[in-house]
Amino acid sequence: MNPFSSGTRLRDMIRAIRACKTAAEERAVVRKECASIRAAISEDDPDYRHRNLAKLMFIHMLGYPTHFGQMECLKLIASPGFPEKRIGYLGLMLLLDERQEVLMLVTNSIKQDLNQTNQYIVGLALCALGNICSAEMARDLAPEVERLLQFRDPNVRKKAALCTIRIIKKVPDLAENFINPAAALLKEKHHGVLLTGVQLCTEICKVSTEALEYLRKKCITGLVKVLRDLTNSPYAPEYDISGITDPFLHIRLLKLFHVLGHGDADASDTMSDILAQVATKTETNKNAGNAILYECVATILSIEDNGGLRVLAVNILGRFLSSRDNNIRYVALNMLMKAIALDSQAVQRHRATILECVKDPDASIRKRALELVYLLVNESNVKPLTKELVDYLEVSEAEFKGDLTAKICSIVEKFSPEKIWYIDQMVKVLTQAGNYVKDEVWHALIIVITNAPNLHGYTVRALYKAVQTAGGQETLVRVAVWCIGEYGEMLVGNSGMLDVEERINVTEADAVDVIETAIRCHSSDLTTRAMCLIALLKLSSRYPSCTKRINDIILQQKGSLVLELQQRAIEFNSIIERHEKIRSALVERMPVLDEATYSGRRAGSVPAAVSTSQGALPKIPNGVVKPASAALVDLLDLSSDADQAPSSSGGDYLQDLLGVDLAPASQGTNQTDKRGADVLLDLLSIGAPPAQSSSSMLDMLSSGQDNKSAVGMLDNLASPSAPSAQASSPGASSSMMDLLDGFGPSPSVPVAETNGPTYPSIVAFESNSLKITYKFSKEPGNPQTTIIEAQFVNKSPDIYSNFVFQAAVPKFLQLHMDPASGNILPESGNGSITQKLRVSNSQHGKKSLVMRMRISYKANDKDVLEEGQVNNFPRGL
Amino acid sequence: MIRFIILQNRQGKTRLAKYYIPLEESEKHKVEYEVHRLVVNRDPKFTNFVEFRNHKVIYRRYAGLFFSLCVDITDNELAYLESIHLFVEILDHFFSNVCELDLVFNFHKVYLILDEFILAGELQETSKKAIIERMGELEKQE
Repeated sequence: MNPFSSGTRLRDMIRAIRACKTAAEERAVVRKECASIRAAISEDDPDYRHRNLAKLMFIHMLGYPTHFGQMECLKLIASPGFPEKRIGYLGLMLLLDERQEVLMLVTNSIKQDLNQTNQYIVGLALCALGNICSAEMARDLAPEVERLLQFRDPNVRKKAALCTIRIIKKVPDLAENFINPAAALLKEKHHGVLLTGVQLCTEICKVSTEALEYLRKKCITGLVKVLRDLTNSPYAPEYDISGITDPFLHIRLLKLFHVLGHGDADASDTMSDILAQVATKTETNKNAGNAILYECVATILSIEDNGGLRVLAVNILGRFLSSRDNNIRYVALNMLMKAIALDSQAVQRHRATILECVKDPDASIRKRALELVYLLVNESNVKPLTKELVDYLEVSEAEFKGDLTAKICSIVEKFSPEKIWYIDQMVKVLTQAGNYVKDEVWHALIIVITNAPNLHGYTVRALYKAVQTAGGQETLVRVAVWCIGEYGEMLVGNSGMLDVEERINVTEADAVDVIETAIRCHSSDLTTRAMCLIALLKLSSRYPSCTKRINDIILQQKGSLVLELQQRAIEFNSIIERHEKIRSALVERMPVLDEATYSGRRAGSVPAAVSTSQGALPKIPNGVVKPASAALVDLLDLSSDADQAPSSSGGDYLQDLLGVDLAPASQGTNQTDKRGADVLLDLLSIGAPPAQSSSSMLDMLSSGQDNKSAVGMLDNLASPSAPSAQASSPGASSSMMDLLDGFGPSPSVPVAETNGPTYPSIVAFESNSLKITYKFSKEPGNPQTTIIEAQFVNKSPDIYSNFVFQAAVPKFLQLHMDPASGNILPESGNGSITQKLRVSNSQHGKKSLVMRMRISYKANDKDVLEEGQVNNFPRGL
Repeated sequence: MIRFIILQNRQGKTRLAKYYIPLEESEKHKVEYEVHRLVVNRDPKFTNFVEFRNHKVIYRRYAGLFFSLCVDITDNELAYLESIHLFVEILDHFFSNVCELDLVFNFHKVYLILDEFILAGELQETSKKAIIERMGELEKQE
């Protein structure tokens, strides 16, 4: 026989195709077959239609297009004989789906077949209908199917039931018609019909509330009896699977109970007994039994509360968790996530097992377990849980580390009970998996560090130690570099040691080593290197002995191809070499970063549960706060303040030159308000640096002095105030940035005794709320300089806080201000604030003093600003 | 409900594919390819359940064939694992120690068996004996 004639038997064609060695050969054979089939179709040859369609189906399964065969299916279905119909329906289901319009043509044939008496043909039609009918067909043929639900043959009934499921899915409105017949099916004895009937009822209840009500009222007791009989039934060989009679029917019944009991207390009550029986009596050594138990647990967890049942359910899940079968553990973890919403206490008991699952070799189990652990964390168990997770982080696989890190960071942030623990955990996480830690996380860490001044020393030492061992973790290096830059002197000086610490010996050179390694490492990226440069600049001020070396390192980056690094290197180099005097001012301690503002800025921020150990968060004058992230990545961190020390330089900053936003917040126990924000942009006037930043932070904890910056109203003459008396290096007074010639620092000389002519004191300023008096004295031998003692008195009944006095003088005068005695002015003259000013008059004798002043304070929670000009200086000053 | 059933060998050739949801031909091929990739590389110690798009695939390997079932997220995985096993037992009984070649040469019969076992994405009959008997009756009609 010619193997390629249309008379080829199916078997031979399959053999021929399988014998092909290459794809090209196979294509050739298939093409030939298709051609002959097409020829047969056009000849309308009835004899081999059956065989041809079978061949076509095979070709379709291989993946070739076979649209030309669709009409053949229709013709075959229309044939009277059973074999033709059979293959026709088969072809129909394989080659067509509900979206094709050709399907509509079959509707009539199906209708006729549904009305036949031959149950096999009816079965074929129902099968096709149930698998691929479209909505229109469903609507058309629904009455037939409804009738068939009561057909005499059980095979037809069960197919009709499943067909109905599809119909009501496609056309939910028709559901009402099927409620009664569906309920009737529940009384069937034949397992197959019962099974399909139960499934039908489950579907109907999902689609129609009327059906739900009806079934709840009428059928629950019947169903309970059915399940009970099933559970207690003796061995039935036909339906037995692993010793259980028809587990599928068990499971379907339980699913129906799920739907019926959900949200209805009465129904839940009725079924609770049988649920308890199933939960306790079912064998668990085989998959079939476990499947039933699983469904039972799912049902218990979704019906109305019955305390005992829920506990039972969670216990079953706990048992599942310790099973050796991965499948069982997986489904248990899944269900536990649902259970935790209902009864978190019960799930907590299984915490240890769940933790074990986090370490499972199977990735899906690990993922599920990790999510579950995350839901389980609360304040009381956060420490041991985190410890476990961090320990596991060490050994976990790379693709899991990302998830695990994110979850650990999230847990630590939300629940950490104290800062030191938070910092510890974060250092550990960074050491293990720093490269997976997201930017927001390490930014948040730095914020927390700045908010914990008593931990600065501890933190920087811990980070130093960590970076010795885990220098490959870029994020760790960044945080460490930042901290070393900030708190370098604490690292070397071992200051702020906590009880749990041991002394470590770190020299300045060691610290600089760390940064040098980081900057040289070729895998460090731009952010890291930029941070290194800033840290180096800070260290050049904190470690004066290393300045040369630091300068060399910075110089190396001068030639960097990256603009950012090049720019920084050149600028910092310039500062080190030529602007010594202001350097320490520039690189002072960062102010405490405001957590609340920062976390508010973060998208989807985790609430900053870690509270600051200090008092209230700093007030932000004029609302200019740099978010921490910007602070870290932007250019020069211009701090004007130490954390604690409210001593401030002038708030004048190098604005455009270095393009920096302010970080003006200063944190003092008395909430000094910084007028520093009053920067006149064009005036590149610089604030005097307060104490050398290398002095230990504890020294900075000086009295709560308020320093003001003079607002340079007029060019060039801002007189910043010197800090508390212990500062031995007063900063330069005013200078322009480019002409940083620096005036000779005016030593803070204690107020001279009044030698020389005395001058009458004046009332410099008086308003309804405030009075300022000036008392004058001159230093002996220095007629040009006048020492003014200003006294501020509060005339109103409110207490003034954050009291800041600023003054400005014309060019021929030079003004220098000491810190005020305080910044809280009691009401109604019950006390006063004094402040010393020193004015040098270069035109002494020719022009007299004149001064403008600005006073700001807070009264009744409102900021008040007063301004004035003093014209009534005595002559001859 | 069951969304589709796929039988594939280790090389990825589909021996049986039945869809209970409408899909374009190209989409079907894509699905088969993806499912194959998903299941063929999984370690036998791992679970038999994999997430696939918005659903789940429950699979089991019998000799050189992978039986994959795609079900809704809310379905009971363990139950469908049992149903896969039941189906294999039926095939085994019908073809007397079934092997892959049997399924290749008698694919239309496999579809018929499947249609007696599952309809509209739900289980139709759970008795192996009943299904085999029915197949016998149907053969007699030919």
